[in-house]
Amino acid sequence: MTTDTAPGPVGWRSGWALGALGVAGAALLYEVAVRALFEPRHVPPLSACLPAAVELLGTGAFWSATGATLGAAGLGTALALLAGIALGFGIGSVPWLLRLTSSTLDFLRPVPPIVLIPVLVFLLDVGQITVLLVAVSGFWIVLFQVLYGLRDVDPVAVDTARCLRLGPLARARHVTWPTVLPYLATALRLVVSVALALAVTGGLVMGAAGLGELIWRSQEAGEVTRMYGLVLLTGCLGVALDLLARAAERRLLHWHLATRRAALT
Amino acid sequence: MTGTGPGTGTGTGTGTGPGTGTETETGTGTATGPGTGTGTGTDSATGAGPATGPAAGAGARRRGALAAGRRAVRAVGATLALPTALAALWWVTSADSGNVFLPPLRDILDAFGRVWFSDVLIDDVLPSLRRLATGYGAALALGVPVGYLIGRSPLLGALVNPVLGYLRALPPPVIIPVLLVAVGIGETTKIVVIAFGALWPILLNTADGVRAVDEVALETAAVYRLPAWTRRRLVLRAASPRIFAGARQALGLAIILMVVSEMLMSTDGLGFTVVRFQRSFALPEMWSGVLLIGLLGFVLAKLFERVERHALRWHRGLTGRQEGPS
Repeated sequence: MTTDTAPGPVGWRSGWALGALGVAGAALLYEVAVRALFEPRHVPPLSACLPAAVELLGTGAFWSATGATLGAAGLGTALALLAGIALGFGIGSVPWLLRLTSSTLDFLRPVPPIVLIPVLVFLLDVGQITVLLVAVSGFWIVLFQVLYGLRDVDPVAVDTARCLRLGPLARARHVTWPTVLPYLATALRLVVSVALALAVTGGLVMGAAGLGELIWRSQEAGEVTRMYGLVLLTGCLGVALDLLARAAERRLLHWHLATRRAALT
Repeated sequence: MTGTGPGTGTGTGTGTGPGTGTETETGTGTATGPGTGTGTGTDSATGAGPATGPAAGAGARRRGALAAGRRAVRAVGATLALPTALAALWWVTSADSGNVFLPPLRDILDAFGRVWFSDVLIDDVLPSLRRLATGYGAALALGVPVGYLIGRSPLLGALVNPVLGYLRALPPPVIIPVLLVAVGIGETTKIVVIAFGALWPILLNTADGVRAVDEVALETAAVYRLPAWTRRRLVLRAASPRIFAGARQALGLAIILMVVSEMLMSTDGLGFTVVRFQRSFALPEMWSGVLLIGLLGFVLAKLFERVERHALRWHRGLTGRQEGPS
């Protein structure tokens, strides 16, 4: 986050400059530390990783792997959103259903989705498992955000809407949905980063096509510099997705107080 | 940044704070000022209130006790009904399962007792837990002080912000192969993987929480000439809801990284054992391992919740929210 609302010596513009300085400093620190402490065969310095990363950008293998990873992450995210919103609203708007299911949901949520891998490996192919992995872990985030959001609906607003003779659908549209939306935006931001991590994990652990698989293969082949380049690019992909999710959040919530306040400063 | 005046912002911000119990790391606006208790409690007991006259006191009290008892029974029933039903369903449908990959629950439970209450407990479960504790502890020990420093100094914050953003966006499992090459297969690698993954949520949340501490509170503390240590504690206390939110997120991540790192590079541990069973087609045993990892995640999350509830009890009263889905 680049909100520096705190009165301090850091303005908006100098914040960027300082950030760039920080990146340069970190790069330099890495370069020096790696050269001093490691053999380049094991840990290549940044001056070797960067060209490798640039070179990778020109290869088809990198782009198809990125496509596969993004595809799995995207499909999983979509499934998570669909299932999470549908079930969240279904459960959250029926009090007795919520009471009945809450213990089960509480029990199942902390179960790490990774445990699915050994179970599913016999039943599905690795690509499907990766999508499922993303979908399941995203599902819990979305579901609970929707439930929190529903709990946050202002009863006074609901009663007001009732007094104004708004039907159930109109109430859902004008009262419930706007309350839940900020929670959903948060869910989206969280899901996106988790989705990438799990899509990559699927490649690392099971060899599902994608960046994770490419990284693991170059590690096994001893192409260390190439692997570092790939890791560097994977991080960039993560940053890009995060920025995208934040932009989506701002767009969805341009009317919301917190967003407007952040835009003002 | 914060709406402090009483009665401001009805907490529709992106759910920070422990009340909403979300796993945000960087909420946009923390609008959980005092006065957010907008009737979140759903089952406020309406019966047996003071509406009854003093004459019918005893009868009303007895009726009230009865109603309370019935409510308690119903609450326990609601808690246990669905899990019991699901377990029973699993038991019945899998009882004569011909599918090798989906063994009967009876066999799984049988394997559970056989496998995990033996040497495996000491040889595989304990090392896993030790790694988890060490890595997670290291992340806490590093993340909170560094996050504090970053949150307190706008200059430092601006300097390291992009770098931290990058490191957080890097999918944590990716560093497994990196460390594998740099350090080799070993205990240290696994611990560092866990610590690295758990560090960022803790660090970034601490920094955000510290940054959002009420200016007025700080100035008041300065006016009263509170000693530096007390002021530091004040800041950490005020930031603790965010710190806990980060730590909770980090715990889930740490468990995942423990399992993944053991699946990929280990000779012992929970993840390794499960994969070993899977490769030798010992399916009930594998299922029992899956059950155990799930159980571990659940128990640790519950323990964490306990600690959090205790540490943040002052805050819960302040925001008037309930913990978890009511």
